[in-house]
Amino acid sequence: MVAKKGGSKGGGMGGADDAEEELARTPLQAIVLADSFTTKFRPITLERPKVLLPLVNAPMIDYTLAWLESAGVEEVFVFCSAHSKQVIDYLDNSNWFAQPNFSVTTIESHNAISAGDALRSIYEQHVIRGDFILVSGDTVSNMSLSQALKEHKERRRKDSNAVMTMVIKQSKPSPITRQSRLGTEELFMVIDPESKQLLYYEDRGDNLKGYLSLDKALLTDTSISLQNDKQDCYIDICSPEVLSLFTDNFDYQHLRRDFVKGLLVDDIMGYKIYTHEIHSSYAARIDNYRSYDTISKDIIQRWTYPLVPDVHFFGNSATKLERQGMYRAPEIKQSRSAKIGPFTVIGTGTSIGNNTEISNSVVGEGCSIGSNVTIEGCYIWHNVTIEDGCKLKHSIVCDGVTMKSGAALEPGVVLSFKVVIGRNFLVPAYSKVSLLQQPIKQDSDEELEYADNSSGITEVPSISGTLDELKEEERTELPDSQEYEVGDGGVGFIWLVSEGGQEEEWRHSVAPIPVDKLVGIMQITNDEADISNEDGAFLPPSGELGPDSITNDSNEDGEDTRDDSVIFEREVEATFQRAVEEEVTEDHVILEVNALRLSYNMTSADCAGALFYSVMKLALDAPHDSPIELVKNVATAVKKWKKLLKYYLPSIDEEIEVILKFEEMCLESAKEFSPLFVQVLHHLYDQDIIQEEAILDWASEKEEAEESDKVFVKQSEKFIQWLKEASEEEDED
Amino acid sequence: MDFQVVVLAGGLSKSLVPLVSKEVPKALLPVANRPVLSYVLEHFEQNNLKDFIVVVEGESAALLVGGWISNAYVDRLHVEVAAVPEDIGTAGALRAIDHHLTAKDILVVSGDLVSDIPPGAVAAAHRRQDAAVTAMLCSTPVSGPSESGSSGGKDKAKKPARHNIIGLDPTKQFLLHIAAGGEVEKDIRVQKSILRAVGQMEIRADLMDAHMYAFKRTVLQEVLNKKETFLSLRRDVLPYLVRSQLRSELSQNGVLAEENGHHKDFSESSTVMLSQLLANASTQSFHELYALGPDGSAPSPRKTHKCCVYIASKSNYCVRLNSIQAFSDINRDVIGDASHLSDYSFSPQNNIIHPTAVLGSKTTVGPHCMLGEGSQMGDKCSVKKSVIGRHCRIGSNVKVVNSVIMDHVTIGDGCSIQGSVICSNVQLQERAVLKDCQVFLLLHFARLTQVGAGYVVSAGSEHKGESLAKKEKQ
Repeated sequence: MVAKKGGSKGGGMGGADDAEEELARTPLQAIVLADSFTTKFRPITLERPKVLLPLVNAPMIDYTLAWLESAGVEEVFVFCSAHSKQVIDYLDNSNWFAQPNFSVTTIESHNAISAGDALRSIYEQHVIRGDFILVSGDTVSNMSLSQALKEHKERRRKDSNAVMTMVIKQSKPSPITRQSRLGTEELFMVIDPESKQLLYYEDRGDNLKGYLSLDKALLTDTSISLQNDKQDCYIDICSPEVLSLFTDNFDYQHLRRDFVKGLLVDDIMGYKIYTHEIHSSYAARIDNYRSYDTISKDIIQRWTYPLVPDVHFFGNSATKLERQGMYRAPEIKQSRSAKIGPFTVIGTGTSIGNNTEISNSVVGEGCSIGSNVTIEGCYIWHNVTIEDGCKLKHSIVCDGVTMKSGAALEPGVVLSFKVVIGRNFLVPAYSKVSLLQQPIKQDSDEELEYADNSSGITEVPSISGTLDELKEEERTELPDSQEYEVGDGGVGFIWLVSEGGQEEEWRHSVAPIPVDKLVGIMQITNDEADISNEDGAFLPPSGELGPDSITNDSNEDGEDTRDDSVIFEREVEATFQRAVEEEVTEDHVILEVNALRLSYNMTSADCAGALFYSVMKLALDAPHDSPIELVKNVATAVKKWKKLLKYYLPSIDEEIEVILKFEEMCLESAKEFSPLFVQVLHHLYDQDIIQEEAILDWASEKEEAEESDKVFVKQSEKFIQWLKEASEEEDED
Repeated sequence: MDFQVVVLAGGLSKSLVPLVSKEVPKALLPVANRPVLSYVLEHFEQNNLKDFIVVVEGESAALLVGGWISNAYVDRLHVEVAAVPEDIGTAGALRAIDHHLTAKDILVVSGDLVSDIPPGAVAAAHRRQDAAVTAMLCSTPVSGPSESGSSGGKDKAKKPARHNIIGLDPTKQFLLHIAAGGEVEKDIRVQKSILRAVGQMEIRADLMDAHMYAFKRTVLQEVLNKKETFLSLRRDVLPYLVRSQLRSELSQNGVLAEENGHHKDFSESSTVMLSQLLANASTQSFHELYALGPDGSAPSPRKTHKCCVYIASKSNYCVRLNSIQAFSDINRDVIGDASHLSDYSFSPQNNIIHPTAVLGSKTTVGPHCMLGEGSQMGDKCSVKKSVIGRHCRIGSNVKVVNSVIMDHVTIGDGCSIQGSVICSNVQLQERAVLKDCQVFLLLHFARLTQVGAGYVVSAGSEHKGESLAKKEKQ
């Protein structure tokens, strides 16, 4: 198999020492996914790949590459899918290809729509020879990899199944919104405190219940640690097997949802994932607009040192740090009366007019900002023109945008490339404006779902290639006098937010979460808490209602098995009912019942009893007015399902079980049957479902029972007598 | 200290039959020739806790316990003995003595707990956090005490028994999750709200509830009154309090005033203003928000209460006498490894032989042994790791190893007793061999059984008085 080949190639199969030597010899490699496979940065990403978007005036991928270089990575493979040409062009023109001891290779693929596809296609290239770092091209970090790598290799030497080490960092999600400061969903992890092995991973609410349900098998040792205050940095140290695993499991798409969870659930192969927690260094991934905002601020506030604007870590221009977190590039034309507030970055060649106020913002290169403009918490990219009197709050403004005088942006707005906002136009909060029209959600729920899901599957790579055509088409299709929605003289379409998304838009935008949303959500959590409280009260019925005291623990096993058998019976009954309603063939019923039997660990006698019960129930539920009709019902039901019943009655024991079951029914659940006991029994005998031996055994078994138990034996005395005589006669013959 | 100590002394524990009987309730079972209850009482006395309510199930048992206490501690301790009906559970017992509870905090301890963990430490932890309940946890013993000779499940036999699944916060001060009884064998269900509040929770299987709790009296009384179905402290009351700690259902009276203060613990800062909260929404403690609500927009501060733990160190001794195995283990430990638990002074040979005991010639009593007042032993006997009660008459050539022999037992010549418990007033005739590693020979004095001469009890079976007597007649 291909997988095997990959494994041995990686050195995992050799002796421990060999493997180590080999690992030591191979240069440290990294895979950078230059495509996030999500749609979170739309509409911007329709025109430019996410990794090339400027983050504090430098493309994201530069941060990633600079970090990898400083961390001692020698070979980097940049995987490009959507807009691959742009990425390759950018890298061609950058210095990255010219670095000593640091080789950057691009891998291009046009049909990859997920991280899984990307890794599969990298696997086919056979370029990865040893342990490698897997990151996406939007990672900002300054962590040192040596410690994590050392741990990873040590574990690998001891256990070749330790295929991956995930980097995590402390970060408590907000108690209200339940998302981290990076705008990602809260994450529940279970980690072995000793070995740091990851045992459980639950991101986003695939489980909205108020409790975390952990398999008891997770607690193999004395303790495990449940963590809700960690953030997944999406920096993975992987063994070569990871690639072959993706190839073997061609349905793995998402790194976390499919791969990590898949490995955790799969206990056959026994692959293990470990975690490495970083404390003082920085690592984060730009996943959505909120993390873009957060990470930009972190960079400005120098948490990511040395990856800060005033350090020459790659092609960025010489920027100087001034007091109050002000970064200024050369050649800025700034009016004396302009106030440039704290924590602001201004790019080269930008001019700023009179009485303009800019605070907590990033302004790119070559922008021209007019007079009396207020800019607060905005990310303004390159060559943007903002005319007099504009007001911008917590927005992203892409390259080449023009805002005519008096225009204003409410919080959370995204203006994509080259949009023009008309005079005095107010762009409503959280709207996204693009020259491209919003693709109609033609295909589907599926895509919608993925997009909502933060999954990572739908970048729609086709758009990249045909983008220009697309633009052309639109241009031609729409007459010049088309009605843009962005005011007088404006150019651009306001994207509608899909209905489900509207609610959540504020969660991931660059703007801080408004108060009323917080209050609203707090109310909801309040209610939830109350609900889960009620839930909680029901949690351990056995504990609360059981007749327990400190001393009696011994009954529990018994109770458990009884519970099991009750559930089993119910399941069988439901299966049978389905079979009746949907006219499923007997063979299928047998298959299903067998599956149930295995999963509940029941004997075939239990199956026989449960099925018999279901059949009788069927007869009982059928309409009938008199006992005679009931007997008829029984007759039809038994006749119909005779084959099924017989299947589970291979020996006398099961038949006795059926009689006992019937007795129990007569006493408890279906008293209607009790006067008809003999008749039904006789019928079962006639139909060869129950043999006479079983009846006789049952009768003799009951002989020693208490009086109350013998009601039915007495009822059937005559019948039994007759049976006995019959058999004796036979013997005589 | 304003703590009332409630000792739940039980009655005729079923798991200890036939060791216990109408004449010897559980609390009076001898451990190194002293009733087990005395260990609890004296241990608390050393910590300056002298106010006790001893709750006994059943009137007659209560009379016996009361009689013994008034004899032994009349001038030292203030002990009230309260009789409650049988089989009402620990919570029921406390409900029944509700009107006796007056102090601010109540320490509830099981009367069969033999331990050297200072209750003062538990009380201090309780007071320090102003907790609603503080539970004492100890390490799970290596060999499960409840596993003795009974019908333990198949899987249980393979791995060490788990008594509790316990969730702790990173500082190991707060109890965030507890599963007891049958839940231990099920999947672990942890409330997300609590996990969110704390951030990290450590789930431990190597700790167990040691049945010493400190309750805030108002909390205890309220829960007992409100939840009438609650029978057990361990399985109902404690899990309930743990479960509801972030949304306390306890009434405001008397509790809330103190409760509100406590949310500070989870984070350093104590006041949360909404503006702060907005500026940096992710760094605030869930507890603060939980308690305070969003600046008045929540109808009232959310109520929470604290569940704390005191974790005994591994070196501490802590075993409950709740099974026959535990009975013999404790007896062995008290005169052996955990000899500091008793006040006895050991001889240089590391054993205790009462001055009035008489030893025959060439009789050896090894270390970790105890020979009670007025007992006599014949010649060439050998005693190892065993406790022998008062006024026993032991013949010659008798071997006693790893056994507990209660008072007034007569043992004939040439008997060999290993790993057994022999109750008071039993007579063993010559050359009886009682040998068993796991199972015990249990003879109760009420039946005045005699084991026939030369009768050999085979290993691996459990014999009670009757069966032996019957066989002897044959």
